[in-house]
Amino acid sequence: MAGSGVSAPAAGLDASVEVTVGALHLDVSLEVPPNEIVALLGPNGAGKTTLLRVLAGLEPLGRGRVLLDGDVLEDAGRVRLPPERRPIGMVFQEHLLFPHLSALDNVAFGLRSRGVSRAAARDRAADWLARMGLSDRCAARPHQLSGGQAQRVALARALAVEPRLLLLDEPLAALDASSRVEIRRQLAATLESFTGVQLLVTHEPLEAMALADRLIVLEEGRVVQAGSPAELGARPRSRYVADLVGVNLFRGRGVGNQVALPEGECLVVAEAAPGDVFAMVHPRAVSLHRQVPEGTPRNVWTGDVESLDVEGDRVRVRVRGRIPIVSEVTAAAVSDLDLGVGRRVWVSVKASSVSVYPA
Amino acid sequence: MAALAALFFVAPLVGLVWRAPWSSLGRELASREVRDALSLSLLTSTVATAASAVFGIPLAWVLSRSEFPGRRLLRALTILPMVLPPVVGGVALLLAFGRNGLLGQWLDRAFGITVPFTTAAVVIAETFVAMPFFVLTVEAGFRSVDQRLEEAASTLGAVRWTVFRRVTLPLVRPSLAAGAVVCWARALGEFGATITFAGNFPGRTQTTPLKVYLLLESRPEAAIVLSLVLLAASLAVLLGLRDRWLGAV
Repeated sequence: MAGSGVSAPAAGLDASVEVTVGALHLDVSLEVPPNEIVALLGPNGAGKTTLLRVLAGLEPLGRGRVLLDGDVLEDAGRVRLPPERRPIGMVFQEHLLFPHLSALDNVAFGLRSRGVSRAAARDRAADWLARMGLSDRCAARPHQLSGGQAQRVALARALAVEPRLLLLDEPLAALDASSRVEIRRQLAATLESFTGVQLLVTHEPLEAMALADRLIVLEEGRVVQAGSPAELGARPRSRYVADLVGVNLFRGRGVGNQVALPEGECLVVAEAAPGDVFAMVHPRAVSLHRQVPEGTPRNVWTGDVESLDVEGDRVRVRVRGRIPIVSEVTAAAVSDLDLGVGRRVWVSVKASSVSVYPA
Repeated sequence: MAALAALFFVAPLVGLVWRAPWSSLGRELASREVRDALSLSLLTSTVATAASAVFGIPLAWVLSRSEFPGRRLLRALTILPMVLPPVVGGVALLLAFGRNGLLGQWLDRAFGITVPFTTAAVVIAETFVAMPFFVLTVEAGFRSVDQRLEEAASTLGAVRWTVFRRVTLPLVRPSLAAGAVVCWARALGEFGATITFAGNFPGRTQTTPLKVYLLLESRPEAAIVLSLVLLAASLAVLLGLRDRWLGAV
């Protein structure tokens, strides 16, 4: 079949999805080749889960179509395969294991539903559980499993049917922090060996960066940015992404060597940047002082310390002032400067530390 | 006041147990007319429960899962027999299934079947009165099932019937059991609709409650013995449902 047409169908997922659910209007186009792990990131209500549900066939498409390895899963108004006829595997946020079935029968469920005999299905399910390191938990009911074990059973259940599209909806969200790191490592290893298309929904940037090759950021139903974690970190294009990677982001108009901010303030930058621009400042490039700093042309203003967050040996200091900004300093600097909430400080940012790119 | 209310419930039961002819209990139970009434009751209430399950599960499903105009009306009609005086139910059944009734006419002409005053009529009367209890219990069960589990099953390749059979039904099993028990107990005690629609023929339509009523005139001891049997059945039902009704408050 493949290759017999005028052009060979593209392998992987090719979806353009437009759907309105409640107040959310989702309008997203996606192309994901096999073997690539894509993470959908975004704040709550951005449409990440809705997108997964549409791809799974649990939610009807308003407009657009969904192709997988060239096969039409859905073409709005024309074709619509129900979930049970799509070659998919889905891992849900709260695992959703069948409470009345053992771990083994949970994993065997998909195979049984697809016509595999009871004995063969159980054999293969046992293999999957062994691969997940859960051979001794075959007979356990879901309520007897720990969060991490349940997550692995859910993953085994989704993979056992050998799907071509794997959809993971916040697979680690239901886990406590202590087991999350270990499970994430295991999940990464399992996903590595999976050859189909993989889509992962998360609102945890660390999870996304640890598991995914490419990030797609959704906000209010639209893709605001897509790229590798490094690309997103270098040039965030929304407040959400900036917060995600932990940098200061401003949007304004470039006029000469300045970027005019909407509040009437302006930042001095190194190079002229005409038009609508983003100005990004890494918190480490934001210096704090007790007195007026001296030296080369800089952006200097005063502000009050709003909050202090310790992250390892660094401290993120949020300063309220003419231009609200976050500075990252060492713990030693905090004591040197005697920083505390409400303390007045001088803020300085070198013009060369502001990176400017078109909006 | 609470003590008075408790006394009000307890006193008649104590009276029943107090007056029981314990010495002749075995003999009364062994008597043919008592055994006939008991076995007829057991048979009809069990068949009525089975019929309630066969028709009630789809009805409960429709009531709990679908949205269509008239759903509320259908639900009200389903509940109606619970509040309708049973004797009215009996009259209505007679008018529907009687030889000149809406359905009865047709049954008589097409198949030569006459329903009223047969054992089948007892089953129909009991089902009419008891099925609502089953439907309401199971409907609540269907509503409490996490529908995301059904979605998970469909993403695993299960067609709707498989989802229903392998996920939904097992999850509502406690409701099915509770509904069946309550339904059976109600069918066992049915009196008004039965005597109106099925009459009072020993061995054919004379169920235990009917027998109790008749024996009270002629042989009160036997009536008490049968009452004790029904009381024991009620207690057993209560015991079976204790987790559901008595446990969690």
